[in-house]
Amino acid sequence: MITQTSKKPDIQLRKGQIVKGKWHRHHYHVVKKLGSGAIGAVYLCVHEKKQVALKISKQSASVSSEVNVLKSFQAVQGYHLGPSLIDVDDYQAQNGFTYSFYVMEYISGESLHDFIRRNGHEWLVSLLIKFANDLHVLHQQGYVFGDLKIENLIVSRKPVQLRWVDVGGTTLQGRAIKEYTEFYDRAYWQCGSRKADPGYDLFALAMVILRVYYPNGFTKGSNPKKTLEQKINQAVAIDPLRKLLLMLINNSITEAEQIKDFLLNYFIHQKSKRDKRRRHQKAKSPHEALYPFLEIGSILTIGGACYLYVTFFM
Amino acid sequence: MKTGTLKQILLITDGCSNQGEDPALVASLVAEQGITVNVIGILEDDHTEQPEGLEEVEEISENGQGVSQIVYQDALAQTVQTVTKQAMTETLQGVVNNELKQILGSEKTMEELPPEQRGEVMEVVDELGETCDLEVLVLVDTSASMTNKLPTVQEALIDLSISMNARIGRSRFAVYQFPGRKKPIQQLVDWTSKLDSITSIFAKISSGGITPTGPALKEAMYQFGKKTLRRRFTRDDYTDIEEA
Repeated sequence: MITQTSKKPDIQLRKGQIVKGKWHRHHYHVVKKLGSGAIGAVYLCVHEKKQVALKISKQSASVSSEVNVLKSFQAVQGYHLGPSLIDVDDYQAQNGFTYSFYVMEYISGESLHDFIRRNGHEWLVSLLIKFANDLHVLHQQGYVFGDLKIENLIVSRKPVQLRWVDVGGTTLQGRAIKEYTEFYDRAYWQCGSRKADPGYDLFALAMVILRVYYPNGFTKGSNPKKTLEQKINQAVAIDPLRKLLLMLINNSITEAEQIKDFLLNYFIHQKSKRDKRRRHQKAKSPHEALYPFLEIGSILTIGGACYLYVTFFM
Repeated sequence: MKTGTLKQILLITDGCSNQGEDPALVASLVAEQGITVNVIGILEDDHTEQPEGLEEVEEISENGQGVSQIVYQDALAQTVQTVTKQAMTETLQGVVNNELKQILGSEKTMEELPPEQRGEVMEVVDELGETCDLEVLVLVDTSASMTNKLPTVQEALIDLSISMNARIGRSRFAVYQFPGRKKPIQQLVDWTSKLDSITSIFAKISSGGITPTGPALKEAMYQFGKKTLRRRFTRDDYTDIEEA
C-alpha cells in the first residue's frame, strides 16, 4: 500500500506486447509477468525464439546500478553468479516516457518452498553446500549479495541447485547494504550492523532456511536473538542444520566456505560413525550364525538323552 | 568531484497543516537554500483509500525537490530509509547532471546517454552516495492524532541511523517536534551521528489541535545555519576521519 509520488508513472507491460529497444533495436515479445520488486518488474519474454527475463523500471539510475553488478559477475569465468546479462536498453512507452530495462538469462525452476515441500527437508543440506560455494566466490569478488531472501532464490533442475535471480541488492564490501528485507536483515534482529560484509549474507542465509520452516515468518519479540534461538530449536529437526543455524545467527561463522566445511565434516563424521556401527555388527555376526547349529545340537542331545534313558531304565 | 554535505529535512506527519504559511511555498524556499524536503505521510490502519489531508504531502516534497511516500505504520522503518536514500541519489544525480551539461553541452542528462556510458556515470553516483556527508533534520508532527504512532516513529529513526551509519560518509541527525510549546518547533535531539540510543524522546509532547507545518519547516531550515556557525569552533572533531 505504498504510494510513490513521482511524476513518472510505473510501467505495466501487457501480454503480447513488443518491447523495442531505443539504442540496440532488439525486439522482445512479452509472455507474462514473473514478479515485481522494490525497483521495477520482471517479465518473461521471447527474443529470437529463446526465453529471456526482462526487468524494466522507471528508475533508470537503479537499472544502471544493477547492470553494473551483472557485468562484473560476467567476469567470473565458470561460475553462475546470477543470471547472465544479455542486453541493456531504453523503451519509449506510449505515454511518452522512457523506461530503462535490461535483459538477462531466464532461469526456470521452482521456489524453495515448493521444492522442499515435494522433496523433503533433507535436501536443504545439499542445496546449502552448493549455494555456500557460490556465495564464497561472490564474496571473493569483493561483493555481498545483500537482499538475500526466499523470493530472490530459485531451485533449478539439472543439476538441482539453488540460484539467485535478482541481484538488485548486491553491494561492494565495506559499503552500506543497498537493499534489504526486514525479516532477513541482521540489523533488524539486532545481531549486527548493516554494513556489507560476508557475515551479513550468512545471517540472511540462516533466515532463508528458517523461512522454509516458518513460511509466514514471525515477529522479533522483546529479545530478538533469543526469539531466533527458540524458533530454531523448535522447528529444525535435522541435527547439523540446527547447529549450523545457531552458529550463523551468533556470528561464529564468518566465511561462506565454513558452511560447506561444517556440513561436509559432519557427514563424513556421521558416515564413519555408521561404518563403525556396521563393523561392530559384523563382528557379532559369527556368533549369530552358530545359533541354528546350537539349537539342532541341543535338540539332538536332549533327544539322545531321552532315548538312552528309555532304553536302559525302562 | 566534491559535493559537500547533503542536507535534508524529513517531515513525518499524518495530516494537513492548518496554521501559518503554506508549507509547499516554504518548502520551495528551503530547497533554494540547498536543503531538500522529504515527506512521509502516515495512514491510519483503518484507512483504505488515500485520506484527505495527505494530498499536501506530495505537494510539499515536490516543491522541496525531495521524495515523498504515504505509508501505513508497519512499513515506516523501511520507508524512512528508502526515502532518505532515494532523495540522496536524486540530489547527486542532479549534481552529476549539472556537470554533464557543462561537459557535454546544453540539454544532455544522464537519461539521454547510451546505456553503456550511463552505467559508468552511475558508478560515480553510487560512489558519491556512499562517501558523501549527510545531514538529516527529522521534523515530527506531534499533534494529537500522532500520539499512538510515535513509538513506531522512534523505532524508524533508530533504524535510519543504523542504515546511514553503515555508509563510509559521515551522517548526522537532529530530531525536532512541532508544534513546540511556545515556538513553532522544539528540539528533541541535537545534532548527533548516532540515534541508536534515543529512548522515549517523545515523552513530553504537547498535544494540541494545531499543525503549523509551514512555520515549522521555516524554523527547521535555520537549524542547519546555526549548526554551521557552531561547527567552526569544533571542526577538528571529524575532518580527519574522512581521509582515513
